[in-house]
Amino acid sequence: MDERARVASWPEGKQGAYARVRDGVRAYRMIAAMWIRSTTAYRASFAMTTFGSFAATALDFVAILLMFSQVDTLGGYSLPEVAFLYGAAGTAFGLADLALGSMERLGRRVRDGTLDTLLVRPAPVLAQVAADRFALRRLGRITQGVLVLGYAVAVLDLSWTPLKLLMIPLMLLSGGAIFGAVFVAGAAFQFVAQDASEVQNSFTYGGGTLLQYPPTVFAKDLLRGVTFVFPIAFVNWLPALYVLGRPYPLDLPTWVAFAPPLVAAGCCTLAGLAWRAGLRSYRSTGS
Amino acid sequence: MGTARLYAAVAVGGFRRYATYRTATAAGVFTNTVFGLILAYIFIALWDEKPHLGGYDQAQALTYVWLGQALLMTVAVLGGGFEEELIERIRTGDIAIDLYRPADLQLWWLAQDAGRALFHLLGRGVVPLAFGALVFDLALPADLLTWLAFLVAILLGVVVSFAIRFLVALSAFWLLDGAGAAQLAGIAGFFCSGLLLPLNVFPGALGEVVRALPWSSLIQAPVDVLLGTADPLSTYAFQAAWAVGLLAAGRLMQSVATRRVVVQGG
Repeated sequence: MDERARVASWPEGKQGAYARVRDGVRAYRMIAAMWIRSTTAYRASFAMTTFGSFAATALDFVAILLMFSQVDTLGGYSLPEVAFLYGAAGTAFGLADLALGSMERLGRRVRDGTLDTLLVRPAPVLAQVAADRFALRRLGRITQGVLVLGYAVAVLDLSWTPLKLLMIPLMLLSGGAIFGAVFVAGAAFQFVAQDASEVQNSFTYGGGTLLQYPPTVFAKDLLRGVTFVFPIAFVNWLPALYVLGRPYPLDLPTWVAFAPPLVAAGCCTLAGLAWRAGLRSYRSTGS
Repeated sequence: MGTARLYAAVAVGGFRRYATYRTATAAGVFTNTVFGLILAYIFIALWDEKPHLGGYDQAQALTYVWLGQALLMTVAVLGGGFEEELIERIRTGDIAIDLYRPADLQLWWLAQDAGRALFHLLGRGVVPLAFGALVFDLALPADLLTWLAFLVAILLGVVVSFAIRFLVALSAFWLLDGAGAAQLAGIAGFFCSGLLLPLNVFPGALGEVVRALPWSSLIQAPVDVLLGTADPLSTYAFQAAWAVGLLAAGRLMQSVATRRVVVQGG
């Protein structure tokens, strides 16, 4: 079935939550596939930008290596331990960035009015905005995170248990979902403050940077903030500290290491509500 | 006198253009402050572990962080500014119109970029530095002369930054799409300017190389002038040498490129 016929088969009218999600996923897949075809048409350019995405994020880790060329520990953590935190945060962030990174363009779409064209199409707006300009080159970021995480797992001297091993995929997926919720909530905020996409960067890229370092480096108030208010501590810190056998910040109980899936579900629900509220408040720029 | 007035007007235009985006500026200040906070704590942990790392004490290291955040946009470390527009004009062919103007291409964009830099210094530089000074113990000098010396180093840094980005933009004459070159230049700026980590902390030969590259004029040089950890005159000589060399290379490339321009149609 060709693309046009598939578009024609999009169901319209009232439907349940399950059908809406299914339609959203299908629309996302189709739009993303179209962007993949269009960007991979210029192979040299695609290879260059993918490498660029890999290199740009790898420099963050080079900076950490440079720091460790001068010191043996940072905040009491060794290089492999920091690499574990870095790899987990980088991969989780990379997953969210690949799936939803395009959403930071929403403010521009609201400003120039091109969001209107998405509203009249028979597919969920969230899926359309998220898949818009889907950039496969962002795999560079995930690759880099996975490589550093692999290095850390290989050199860390830990007594691995099944539970600790299970914690790694759990942490990456929940972390990706938490960051995904941040992207969606940030986009919802841009309905209100169209010109303020940089604020979103502080929470996405800023949060990602924060989690690359051990929690012992930061002030108590900052830790309370990222645990209870803007709960990105659940992306990697709390589950990773369980794997590393390190004490938790703020004297939290042991079970919080297993909370990331619940926190992720909560974050996604709140982000979804924020998105709906934002979309409903949208007034086109047209005159 | 007439030409000086022309370029002054272009610079004012550059300033005004960025001054229009007030919400975006406020959002940017917020972001610079958040990143400043994160980096400040990392630097505290580093300097706790090894005091006098790179020849700075902890207060100087923290000053380094906040000055870096304050200057980031002014010296356009990550790119962003006139070069995107110039690349687009080369790609679409609008550049032919610019070449017929009775103004010099390089000077025109330099004036425009100077206006942008001044706006970013005031709009995005002052508040993060003030926040840093309120929350942390910074090593800011009390005498006016050091601040003036700092401003001169920033000015030279802006010219070096412009000269690099002008070369990047002109590469679009050959590459047609300048996005790849701009991305590489941004990566180089991020790593070699000292934004992420002072270049004095880079070990051995790597440190010597990054300190000799033009990007060290952007962050490392002005910050060292303000902290008093580098001699201003030799710093200026270093920055000016790169500025002159890169501007001359840009001029050469401009004359080669304009001979290549083929105006399509009409």
